[in-house]
Amino acid sequence: MTDATQIPSSGAARPAGKSIITTDDRTKKRNAAEKRFRMYGIAAILAGIACLVVLLGSILMNGASAFQQTFIQVPVYLNPEAVDPNGNRDPEEMGSATTFTYKPIVVDAMAALVEERGIETEIDPGDMDALFSAAAVAQVRDRVLANPELVGETVTFNILASSRVDGYLKERVSRDSVARDSNIDAGHLDIVDELRAEGDVVKRFNWDFIFGADASESRPEQAGMGVAMLGSFFMMLVVLGLSLPIGVAASIYLEEFAPQNRLTDIIEVNISNLAAVPSIVFGILGLAVFIQFMEFPQSAPLVGGLVLTLMTLPTIIISTRAALKSVPPSIRDAALGVGASKMQSVFHHVLPLAMPGILTGTIIGLAQALGETAPLLLIGMVGYIATNYPDGVASGFLDPNSAMPAQIYEWAKRADPAYYERAWGGIIILLVFLFAMNAIAILLRRKFERRW
Amino acid sequence: MSATKLTIASTAILAAAATGAIAQSRDNVQIAGSSTVLPYASIVAEAFGENFDYPTPVVESGGSSAGLKRFCEGVGENTIDIANASRAIRAGEVETCAANGVEEIIEVRIGYDGIVFASQIDGPAFNAFEPADWFQALAAELPQDGAMVANPNTQWSDVNGDLPAVDIAAFIPGTKHGTREVFEEKVLLQGCEDTGAMQAMMDMGMDEDATEAACMAVRTDGASVDIDGDYTETLARISSNPEGVGVFGLAFYENNTDTLKVATMSGVEPTVDTISTGEYPVSRPLFFYIKKAHIGVIPGLKEYASFFVSNEVAGNGGPLADYGLVPDPELAETQAKIENETTMGTGS
Repeated sequence: MTDATQIPSSGAARPAGKSIITTDDRTKKRNAAEKRFRMYGIAAILAGIACLVVLLGSILMNGASAFQQTFIQVPVYLNPEAVDPNGNRDPEEMGSATTFTYKPIVVDAMAALVEERGIETEIDPGDMDALFSAAAVAQVRDRVLANPELVGETVTFNILASSRVDGYLKERVSRDSVARDSNIDAGHLDIVDELRAEGDVVKRFNWDFIFGADASESRPEQAGMGVAMLGSFFMMLVVLGLSLPIGVAASIYLEEFAPQNRLTDIIEVNISNLAAVPSIVFGILGLAVFIQFMEFPQSAPLVGGLVLTLMTLPTIIISTRAALKSVPPSIRDAALGVGASKMQSVFHHVLPLAMPGILTGTIIGLAQALGETAPLLLIGMVGYIATNYPDGVASGFLDPNSAMPAQIYEWAKRADPAYYERAWGGIIILLVFLFAMNAIAILLRRKFERRW
Repeated sequence: MSATKLTIASTAILAAAATGAIAQSRDNVQIAGSSTVLPYASIVAEAFGENFDYPTPVVESGGSSAGLKRFCEGVGENTIDIANASRAIRAGEVETCAANGVEEIIEVRIGYDGIVFASQIDGPAFNAFEPADWFQALAAELPQDGAMVANPNTQWSDVNGDLPAVDIAAFIPGTKHGTREVFEEKVLLQGCEDTGAMQAMMDMGMDEDATEAACMAVRTDGASVDIDGDYTETLARISSNPEGVGVFGLAFYENNTDTLKVATMSGVEPTVDTISTGEYPVSRPLFFYIKKAHIGVIPGLKEYASFFVSNEVAGNGGPLADYGLVPDPELAETQAKIENETTMGTGS
């Protein structure tokens, strides 16, 4: 920087008419280059921001509608002959009436509602099932089995509308596309329009999307993220419970106690290498070791957690070691100087000071594990799995379950376009978790980190 | 420190859970296999969980071959109970199964699936497909004057004047899919025979195996693209390529009729009716395989299987037919087979 503005000392006087104040050609060139470099930097940042905005924008645009759901309010006459053929109101015997028995009841109720509202339609009353979700039948049956005294009465249900009707209210399904769709007719949409004007069809916030279970291919309107969220939660418990103590113990030993020799060098290099191993490799390892050799149950969050622990450990060890390294040696020397043992100096002084860094690293490692899908593919956590809420802690670890990213992947594969919307909605939920975790990590760092 | 306590506590829970795993027996049915059968299996599993006191079965996807491989790993609670397959089990797989102790297998045919050819809704219409056209458009080499030459066709109109004059761009299922096998057998091999190419190859002195291999060899110059992912990937490719033609399952097409335009094959449009009567030529049976040794051990296994093939589920007008499965006319025999637990190689 200095030599160019200085007058060259080795003879060769400055060209006449040039002063120190006016810039010469060479300096101009250098200044221009610097300016250009800054512009490149700004352009790179702008490109990054643009990508982020496009990404977040498309996620929000595609996914926001998943949080809304269309419901139909319909009074259903619970025909005793159909739902309780034996006539004794015994829930056990009434269980023999399957959901298939209930379907005509709901179809009739729908047709009755259309008639009551005075809607003229060419749709055959028997084809009313295109309006509501197949889940409605199970909803009515569950309620009847839980309250047998309702049999014979007319009860108003808030049933889910079918995915096409829902799509129509969300403007995903248009009248043009319905003309080509064999699952629903334009006549159905006319009914929906009129029922909507009467207030029988409403769109409202869909808590079931956040707390519900996965649904089969034919009822996207019923699918929710709740069970998969619990699966992720139990996996994160395993990851936290294993990788934090193991990772911290390993780093404390390596950083504070271990001698510097060839062996620890090799261990160090290998930890860095492990951090770069693609996650699917850990999935194959998990399949071979945990499921085939140790015979742990398939699709269980316990196994998922163990696999993700392997993946997270290197991240935690590396960040913990960095945190320990950043504690100045004077702290250790002072502790040792007043007579503390090596262990006391580590646990009373070094570790508490390194804790913010360790926690930050752990949370970032967990966030990484939370978003991981590839290893879960191999241990059977992708598919139609997240259907039952676990009954307790043990069942939460051991019963088959999925995880949030695996559930999103599964939804994105399904045929019904309504599942596509769900997948985007699921991404929003996952992102909220990731942002929250990263925000906590940043807060911890800001609040507790000390600089020397 | 509370963090230490927390970790100790959670490790203890984990240890308890892990020991419990060995003691606890599995109470849900586990299924894996074909992604074509997955939608049907998930519909049945959901209804099964609703109507019975058993927990909802777990259905994983991954492909027919992967499912059968896991099925044949052995008998026991940490192996799957049912493998879904979009093709029949192969003799080699039966041998592997037997070698690992899975000797008694019940084969269940649930119905038929149509394979449809569809293009983008705004693109040109393909209304004159014959198997022969597909063979001539996709074959790697065609016989010409007693020698095999690289496929010269670049446009659909080159192989059949009734087809639109657009570049050949086919998106066909990759080799890990069961659908590929049906496509090769019912379309490429059939086309090879229809065009006389098969005879020509035989005349050139090729043996039967080599002829079949040549008939099913697909060109690799970019006109045909193997899709190893799911139908959603094929759909995405079609959406960005107005002249592309993709291979889909009937159920997938029926859910996406607003973005896809179906092509006819041999003049017939694929519908549940034309497939069940056999008019539409490209269809295949769908199966699942039950490990007999698990019946009575895993609760609900037999009940699930009987529920799957019951008339109200797999029959006409049932939820599976609504979704796009072509009902099996011989469903009663399948029901009896499950009732009597008839294994492969015995009985019929």
